[in-house]
Amino acid sequence: MTPDLPTIWSWLDEVPDPEIPVISVVDLGIVRDVAWQGDTLEVAVTPTYSGCPATSVIAMDIETALHDRGVRNVKIRTQIAPPWTTDWLSDKGRAKLAAYGIAPPSPAGGPEACPHCGSALLTRVSQFGSTPCKAHWRCDACLEPFDYFKCI
Amino acid sequence: MTDRAALFEYLLRLGDSTLILGHRVSEWCGHAPALEEDIALANTALDLIGQTQMWLGLAGEVEGAGRSADDLAMLRDVWEFRNLLLVEQPNGDYGKTILRQCLFDAFHFELLTELTHARDDRIAGIAAKALKEVTYHLDRSSETVIGLGDGTEESNARLQAALDLLWPYVGEMFAADAVDAAMHKSGIAPDLAVLRSRFDTRIDAILTEATLTKPDSAYAQSGGKTGFRHSEHLGHMLTQMQWLQRAYPGATW
Repeated sequence: MTPDLPTIWSWLDEVPDPEIPVISVVDLGIVRDVAWQGDTLEVAVTPTYSGCPATSVIAMDIETALHDRGVRNVKIRTQIAPPWTTDWLSDKGRAKLAAYGIAPPSPAGGPEACPHCGSALLTRVSQFGSTPCKAHWRCDACLEPFDYFKCI
Repeated sequence: MTDRAALFEYLLRLGDSTLILGHRVSEWCGHAPALEEDIALANTALDLIGQTQMWLGLAGEVEGAGRSADDLAMLRDVWEFRNLLLVEQPNGDYGKTILRQCLFDAFHFELLTELTHARDDRIAGIAAKALKEVTYHLDRSSETVIGLGDGTEESNARLQAALDLLWPYVGEMFAADAVDAAMHKSGIAPDLAVLRSRFDTRIDAILTEATLTKPDSAYAQSGGKTGFRHSEHLGHMLTQMQWLQRAYPGATW
């Protein structure tokens, strides 16, 4: 029996991002489309950053997860336009990021509050961080460093 | 030159410039003056090499000879590269690296902004993707140039020396030849003269704030993007970048 698309989406929502495992690839907004082409399931995935090394791991993880659920033929299609934006992060994903200690993206160009103590007294340490999608900040109230998910 | 040959050349120029600068910047990995800068440089290099995969991938498709992005990057020699001379210049001190980055970013930002309107969806798509990353690169490199230029006597002197040394490589970015003209005519590439005036406005503002003096010379080195004459530095760099494919031809990951 061919699983319907909402079921497939719910399976994909259980595939974690390899670098930030608290959110799923669906939360991240990189799964752009899922469609059956005959007996092949085509999944359109958009890269976050062009050189992000997690992209190929994500494609592999999606394929593995679908194979494990019995979907035999999976085709991953890379789609670069329109370009990925942090606006596509789900609300659930944003909440999970904050709970994990990563400040979610904010259009103001910097985090709104420290993910540890909630203070708005913040200093940028570096425009870049441990992965292409993050920058490094510090809270001046609790003095803890934290990652900020860059807004693009 | 056919339209397809011109497009192939043009895509090589885009992809080779991001590849060579990406590799140059990656040479700092583990050696930068501060940990934050090391991370910033590695991330910038990663973005540029990611963009290279898209540009050279498309170049290979357009050429239609079965060459992949990896083939183009790793199996060509100096004279087949079409990158700008600016990006093959050695890193020097940190001031030179960041000034080179700022000059390239300011050009790259204006170019990609225009390429998002290219009459070729593949090119417009790659440009839109890359532009987001390059906007961030330009923010950082221009802030750092301002911080160091308007910093101590030592940092100002180093930035000024870097500017004097690198300024002759600016002209090549905007010097239009037959390939640029063909691409402009087919609605892909912008008019380089318009880009130059936007670049000048931006760079003048950055240099003024950085208390640096723009060299009073319009002399421009050329030969990188046409492949006519690269500087000596590119060959040395390729021996490092292509070492594995040269020592073990056909090796795969």
